[in-house]
Formats: sequence, structure tokens, C-alpha cells
Amino acid sequence: MNAPPPAGPTDGAFGPDLVDVFGPSQSHGGPDLVQLLTPEGERVHHPEFDLDFSAEQLRGFYRDMVLTRRIDTEATALQRHGELGIWAQLLGQEAAQIGCGRALRKQDFVFPTYREHGVAYCRGVDPLKQLGLFRGVDHGDWDPHEFNFALYTIVIGAQCLHATGYAMGVQRDGDVGTGDPDRDTAVVAHFGDGASSQGDVNEAFIFAASYNAPVVFFCQNNQWAISEPIERQSRIPLYQRALGFGFPGIRVDGNDVLATYAVTQAALQRARDGQGPTFVEAYTYRMGAHTTTDDPTRYRLSDDVESWKLRDPIARVEVYLRRNGLVDDAFLADIAAEAADLGHTLREGCKALPDPVPGAMFEHVYAEETEELRAQRDGFAAYHASFEGSH
Amino acid sequence: MTQKITLAKGLNMGLRKAMEDDDKVLLMGEDVGKLGGVFRITDGLQKDFGEDRVIDSPLAESGIVGTAVGMAMRGYRPVVEIQFDGFVYPAYDQIVCQVAKIHYRSKGRVKMPIVIRIPFGGGIGAVEHHSESPEAQFAHTPGLKVVACSNPVDGYWMIQQAIACDDPVIFLEPKRQYHADKAELDDTETPEPLFGSRVVRRGTDATLLAYGPTVKTALKAAEAAATEGRSLEVIDLRTLSPLDMGPVLESVRRTGRAIVVHEAHVNLGMGAELSARITEECFYSLEAPVLRIGGYDTPYPASRIEEEYLPDLDRVLDALDRSLEF
Ligand SMILES: Cc1ncc(C[n+]2csc(CCOP(=O)(O)OP(=O)(O)O)c2C)c(N)n1
Repeated sequence: MNAPPPAGPTDGAFGPDLVDVFGPSQSHGGPDLVQLLTPEGERVHHPEFDLDFSAEQLRGFYRDMVLTRRIDTEATALQRHGELGIWAQLLGQEAAQIGCGRALRKQDFVFPTYREHGVAYCRGVDPLKQLGLFRGVDHGDWDPHEFNFALYTIVIGAQCLHATGYAMGVQRDGDVGTGDPDRDTAVVAHFGDGASSQGDVNEAFIFAASYNAPVVFFCQNNQWAISEPIERQSRIPLYQRALGFGFPGIRVDGNDVLATYAVTQAALQRARDGQGPTFVEAYTYRMGAHTTTDDPTRYRLSDDVESWKLRDPIARVEVYLRRNGLVDDAFLADIAAEAADLGHTLREGCKALPDPVPGAMFEHVYAEETEELRAQRDGFAAYHASFEGSH
Repeated sequence: MTQKITLAKGLNMGLRKAMEDDDKVLLMGEDVGKLGGVFRITDGLQKDFGEDRVIDSPLAESGIVGTAVGMAMRGYRPVVEIQFDGFVYPAYDQIVCQVAKIHYRSKGRVKMPIVIRIPFGGGIGAVEHHSESPEAQFAHTPGLKVVACSNPVDGYWMIQQAIACDDPVIFLEPKRQYHADKAELDDTETPEPLFGSRVVRRGTDATLLAYGPTVKTALKAAEAAATEGRSLEVIDLRTLSPLDMGPVLESVRRTGRAIVVHEAHVNLGMGAELSARITEECFYSLEAPVLRIGGYDTPYPASRIEEEYLPDLDRVLDALDRSLEF
């Protein structure tokens, strides 16, 4: 049996927005949702966040999203074939991630959670690198300083504080508000709607607001935290929380890559200009399972999924591009072929990822290794050596 | 130059020196700025180094440690103050899941040169959560280094060495001793290594192992025992993770007896680890089992009876009697 809906204010005493969260308009994101491209592929305009996009940029978004989806479907398939222990899917969240990822500048720094495969791709991280964590050969194998993209964080919300601290460092380096586009730096923290309930996220908001840190809190509200719906995390639209902390919150259509790009870019620029934090709520939907071990049919209605399918982030860009003659069949076929290639590379690459040697577990525990650990490592090596040649 | 200083002064001077030597060193915590910390360890530092380097933080321990992680990633060397031992727990997740593991997780690409200063231990008549000894929680965590200073001179040197260390260091300060005894500091001397234990009193009949606030207790006990013709060796462990067992084993092999003295609960505490290691390494030298004197396995009691909870001279001497009876 379904749990009864949480008792909410029904008499309007708290204003229409609060009721909205549970009302029918919620599935559309509410009246404040920033949108530049409708699910039907219509270009619409917004008084505050409108941008002109070149044809090349639009084609780029399309390509990015198709390749990102391919990374995701390929990894999901690899998990089904036993090549990955688990995979955190992003199906449906491509626009949120590409819009945000493409708004970044080289010097900006990203603190992801565990699902930001599209953002990683935008930062130039080889998608194969993300498989390592899920295959169990390492805990992530890219250099955060090379890509300005931190390793994935599994403890939900913890990275929001890291982002804020990093942003405080940026401030101390004088890398905000100089007017130099190659120098002024913003920091992004990614997290989910469920994570927004964590103390660390709220503490990060406090620190960021209090020090006016150049950080953008980018929440992908995909409506679910494993089986827990957004109603279990918040009684008001998430973006409205920011106000209580003293900085702006914006709700953007996370399935609209144009709007996500425009809103994130504005938020990043605010940060780089020294105007402090912004909370961006990318309103989206997790089309797949939470991870490959999850069974969403236990807790959600297929009707919901069907209705969100109509808002597919890639389809609407494709419609727009076609309708405006910005792409032809050859272009689309090229991208499809590129995606197939990428899938093939990932498939082969994943299987070829070497297992770490057992002794690797002793490496990098400390920057300055301890005698104690060295002794354990030597003991371990000697123990293994004692079996050599015994069979 | 030599001068007589308290532990509080030694730590303050050490922090100042570290900040002068490296402009990436930042201090952060609750009340560390204008007030100079509730124990005045950071007294005057904000005035001289500014609000960007001595940062009064919001009252959020996870926030303090979590933002330090980000600062370290940006190339800073944050030194954070946890106001009292009992308030480190809200930051426990950031310390054990993030601070301790990021170097490992990143295969050494990201360093975490963070010092987490914790005034620890009892004996100041405080209300609850102000007298705890959480060292075992951190010493049990790979990736962290844990040290405890016991005297003003060590305070001065060890804090600088901890800040210079590229690994995260949990830095325990015996709060009871902050303003207690003075010692002569000669800042031209070469300090001992941070991760080393030290024999602070020579003896032949048994070895007392102590750190932080109990070093003084152990020394007093050794003095009292001497009047009864018993010669006790006292070792100040100084480093709890890694443990420097060299001087400990050498000593126990000579004396044949070891007694660990700490304020923390005995169950699964540092004493348990020391006892196990001594037994493994010196089994045939031991004349008696390793004994442990510590706080009881209760929450820290109301302060009017804390002297019953804390190891004191009599309990150490009683343990010595038991050890000698074997
Ligand atoms: C502190 C913590 N508690 C529990 C978990 C287990 N867990 C992993 S993901 C998840 C749900 C997170 O939901 P949300 O923040 O909405 O992000 P999403 O995965 O939907 O993107 C949970 C409970 C965790 N990783 N960390």
C-alpha cells in the first residue's frame, strides 16, 4: 500500500507556492521554472536568462548529450554483463549536466557527487576513468588538479563543503572580481535533492553565504533519493531554500540544455565577479533506476516515467535543430556513429582495465609513509612470496 | 633565545612562527579571531595576520573541517581548532571519510595537509562534552596521524611540525595543562622528530607509558615511587598514530613491566593497542602482564567526581604494586 501523502497545509495559509509542491503543477516545475526550449522543441524566451545560441553551439550540445547518454547506456550494459559491480545511471539528466558542464571555464573547479558522468566528460576526463570506481579497480583515477574536477564523492553532500572551502581559497588567492576572464574563478558543487537534507549541505550554504564564497550549488532534483520522493526532503520548492541562507536560488528546467546553460553561466559569472553563491535547482527526472541495483518499480508509478519521457532532453534539441534546418541526416548519422565508436571503446577499455596488484592497497595511505605501515606491507609481500612456486 | 613559557604560550608562538614562515597557513575555528580562542591559544594572531588568515567560522564543526578539505585542495595549509573534544563528533564524518582518505583515494594526487587541533582531556571541572579523550577514534583511522603534546616546549615545536607535515594530523592538546606549568624554551634548538616517543625519566623497575595530560601524572607517580625505593621509567609517547614503539620496547625489555596510563576509556583504547604490541614483541621479557590505568568505561562523569575517574598517582602506584606482585 502506498503511504499516505504527508499532511500538508491545504488552506493556503502558507501561500500558493507551498501547496504547489504537492499540486499538479509541480510536475512541470512550477511558475518560476526557467525554460528556453520547450519539450516540443519550441524556443521560448525568458526576461532574465535569455541568450543567443549559435548553430554550432546547439549542435555541440546535441553531440555532448548523445555521447553522454552513450557512456551511460554502455556502462549500464557493462554492469549487466558483470563487468562493473554497480553503475549510477544518469539517463534523463544529460541536459542538466551538459548545460552546467559547458558553462564552465577552464579555471573553474567542480566537486561532483557520483553521477556526474556528463560533467566529467565536459571537463575532458576520459570516460573510461569513471568506470574504474564502479568496476572496483580504484577509487577514481583522474588527476583532480589536471581537470579541475574532483574525484567522485559517495558520502552524499560532503563535497559541498569541499567546494565552499576551495572557493574560500580562490578568494584568498584574489581570483575573483578582477575582471580578467581567464583568472576569475567559480567553484561548483553537485548534489541531489536527497543530499539537500544533509547537514553538510546546509553548513556549506552557511559558510558560502557568510564568506560570500564564489561557489555555485548545483542541485539536480531528479525527484528521487533512491526510493524517497522529494516530498520527503522538502516542504517547499528546493530553490526557495536559498533565500533563507541569504543568496539567490533559481529553478531551471534541467531537461532543457539551453536554459541550464544560461542559468548556470549567469550563476558562475556572479561567483567569478565576487557576488557570492547561487543555488541552482535543475528540475529534472531520473528516468532509470537509482543505480543498477535498484528496482524503481517498487516505489514509483510507470505513469510518471511515461510523462517525463515526453520531456526527453535530447529529443527536444533534435526537434529544434531539424525544424530550423540546423542539422541534416548526415550530421545526425555521424553523431550516431561517433557514439557507437565511443561505446565500443568503452566496452573494450573496461574489460582491459587491469586489476590492481594486491600490494597496491598499501600505497598512498600517507604522503609521508609510516614505519608501521611499511612493516605491514613488507609482511604482506613476504607472506605472498611464501606461496610462490607452491602450485 | 630562551624564555619561560606555558603550553598555551608555546602553541601560540608555534602557530605564529608557522604563519610567518608560510603564508599558506590559515587558522580557522569558532572564536579563534578576536577572542583568540576560548583558551587564548590563537591570541593576537588575527590582529597580526588579518581576518583572511585567522578566520572566525560559523558554529558548524563539519563545516569547519569540510571547508578545510577544499582549502587544502586549493593549496592552503589549514589549521582548524575544535573548541572542545566533545564537539569533534559532528565533524567525525568529514575527518574519517574525507580528510583521512582523500590522499589514498586520489592515489597521492591530492594532499591533505590539515591540522585539527583538539583541546582534550579532563580535570578542569567542566560540564559534559568538555573533558573527553577521543584519540582512539582517530588513531583507529588509517590516513590520519595523531599526536599529543604534553609540555610547553613540545607544544611550540610539535605544532609547527604538524603544520609542515603533508598528512592530516589530529593534534591533541592537554587543556588542563595549557596554563599550568612553565618550561624553558630555547627556540634555537633543533626539535625532536614529531613522530617519536621519548623517555622522560629513566628507571629500572617498570615502564610507565603516558601521553598528553597523563605524562605529568606518571612523572608524579615515579617521584612518589622513588621515595619508596622503586625506580620507574616514564615514556611520553607523543605520537599515537603512528606509534613509535622503539623506545617503548627497548624500555620494557629492560624493566620487564609496563603500565599504560591514559585518561580515555580503557576498553579498546590506546592501552589495549600498546599492551598487544608489547606482548607480541616482548613476551619473553615480561615479568607481568601489561596493565592499563585509564578512565572507566562510562561516559565522562559529572565534574565533582572526575578526580575519581581520572587516573591519578595512587591508581598508578596501585597498578605498580600489582605488577610487582606477579
Ligand atoms: C551520508 C550518506 N547516506 C546514505 C547514502 C546512501 N545513498 C547513496 S545515494 C542515496 C540517495 C541520494 O539521493 P539524491 O541526493 O537525491 O541524489 P541522486 O542519487 O538521486 O542523484 C543514498 C541514500 C550515502 N551515499 N551517503
